[in-house]
Amino acid sequence: MKRIALGAVAVVLLATVVPSAQTKAYKAPRTPDGQPDLQGFWTNSTYTPLERPDGVTKAFYTPEEAEAAIKRAVQRESAQTEPGTTADVHYDFSQFGLDRSQSLFVRNLRTSLIVDPANGKIPPLTEEGKRRTAQRDAEQKKLGGRWDSAESNQLDDRCLIMAGPGPPMMDAGYNSNYQIVQSAGAVMILTEMIHDVRIVTLDPSTSSGSPRAESRGDGRMLVDPRLRQWMGVSRGRWEGETLVVETTNFNGKNPFRGSDENLKVIERFTRVADDTIEYKFTIDDPTMWTRPWSAESAMKKTVGPIFEHACHEGNFGLYNTLVGARLEEKRAAEDALKKGSK
Amino acid sequence: MMRNRFLVVLIVAAVVSGVSLAVDRVTAQQAAVQSTAQAYRAPRTPDGKPNLNGIWQTMNTANWNIEAHPAGPSPVRDLGASGAVPAGLGIVEGGEIPYLPAARKKQQENYANRLKLDPEIKCYLPGVPRSTYQGMPFQIIQSTKHIMLIHEFAGAVRTIYMAEQTEAPADSWMGWSNGRWEGETLVVDTKGFNDLSWFDRAGNFHSDALHVVERFTPRSAETITYEATIEDPKVFSRPWKMSMPLYKHVERNAQILEFRCVEFVEDLLYGHLRKQPAK
Repeated sequence: MKRIALGAVAVVLLATVVPSAQTKAYKAPRTPDGQPDLQGFWTNSTYTPLERPDGVTKAFYTPEEAEAAIKRAVQRESAQTEPGTTADVHYDFSQFGLDRSQSLFVRNLRTSLIVDPANGKIPPLTEEGKRRTAQRDAEQKKLGGRWDSAESNQLDDRCLIMAGPGPPMMDAGYNSNYQIVQSAGAVMILTEMIHDVRIVTLDPSTSSGSPRAESRGDGRMLVDPRLRQWMGVSRGRWEGETLVVETTNFNGKNPFRGSDENLKVIERFTRVADDTIEYKFTIDDPTMWTRPWSAESAMKKTVGPIFEHACHEGNFGLYNTLVGARLEEKRAAEDALKKGSK
Repeated sequence: MMRNRFLVVLIVAAVVSGVSLAVDRVTAQQAAVQSTAQAYRAPRTPDGKPNLNGIWQTMNTANWNIEAHPAGPSPVRDLGASGAVPAGLGIVEGGEIPYLPAARKKQQENYANRLKLDPEIKCYLPGVPRSTYQGMPFQIIQSTKHIMLIHEFAGAVRTIYMAEQTEAPADSWMGWSNGRWEGETLVVDTKGFNDLSWFDRAGNFHSDALHVVERFTPRSAETITYEATIEDPKVFSRPWKMSMPLYKHVERNAQILEFRCVEFVEDLLYGHLRKQPAK
């Protein structure tokens, strides 16, 4: 047991100290058309929270503190369900590797993924942001209680979209696996959860094979603001070793930590080692927040392949929950009637 | 030379099919399409393979019925002419699907109950080959080890393994695809299907024994000849084939857009389970 803990500490050191030294020395392999090669299967599973926990005042833990923080997170995760209960039968996170600790996950000495602002917290809302948040909450309330209808339920329980695909791409709780495939004009990112695919169209003036400077900003890179999508519309370009992706045209129905339809996400993917892609993103939504904010994480090489996640097709959970909720209401009404007649 | 090759293809096709004159004529036409395709050499990707990258779509009414069919009224009255069924020549080689007798009966039952049963109506993954001709565009992202087919409908996605090929780990809607190059042609062998998807809105169906072999052969800069051989001994008396051209989107801003149809069907699927307001 002690040896495992020591091993983990060694991994922490490797994962955090080495990449920064490697960034300069490492040059990613190339695709046949000369792009830095990001292809393969990756995971962004992590225990590092987006926001710095309350009471933590520094940006980095010591390796020992980081290990202790992971240990606490693992305990919280396994305590999600109580052995012997119905909930436990459905989702025992330690079974089937649903918990993160049984699979590969990204270790990090950071106390939060957010690196800017320096306090590791999402910046304050604007006045308009507060107004929209209140409006959104009121609209959700109008839909009724969570089990009143499919529409009043959560997006992930409805198999509409999960946390993985973003953008920005976040740890999805489990199955945080991705496949990247590159062709000359596009980078495809497949998210395991709900087989969500993002096709990043590369700016033809910067993608290899089409070095046409005059095509920058041409028709294919423009998107009409009336076209709105759950995952927005992503446009990419290579800046040296880094794939820079800008995404706009969100429909605002899948808010990221309270974002709205004016959200612009800028992501930077840099392969810094054979088994690591450094992943940085900036959230810019001037309607909602007083300033842009940024985070840093990583994707670790994992084993494929990715199997079809047909979520909606097998969504017995939502159906059965609604059936159960209506039955309970019926029973409660009958009980009330009986009491009344007595 | 060209004419001789055409004749040979014609004779071989006639011998193989060996049935009525009308069928031979159809086969001959398809053979003619193929001989053009074989003469075309596609541009190459940087790793030397025929370049299939792009956004593709079919131009036929096969999603209504893969067999030949007349025009008909909309299955949903309120949609009137806008929802009516356009006629189609069919994409099945030889004209008719060689169903086993019991299977033809099931197809007819499927058709009669299509509004309740067609998985497309429920926004379920379309299966193969329906995903190809369902009517919405799909993008081919071609790399050396993996070729991705990304469909607009329900965000259906297929990974074609060109290296590290394995058996299907379990049954799925879109199956498990292994690919190889035969000259100009991408050959995709797909197994591991569940028995839940259909071939079209007319109730044509398959079992979990389905085995599909597809052939993508570039026939010009902006067209591909698509052929699929369908094998399923639980449903059909023999393997059969469908074929159709794929057309490339040439608009400068062409892209696959989201068709996240789950939210469009929630009221249909779960509406009867909505909490009723207190009386």
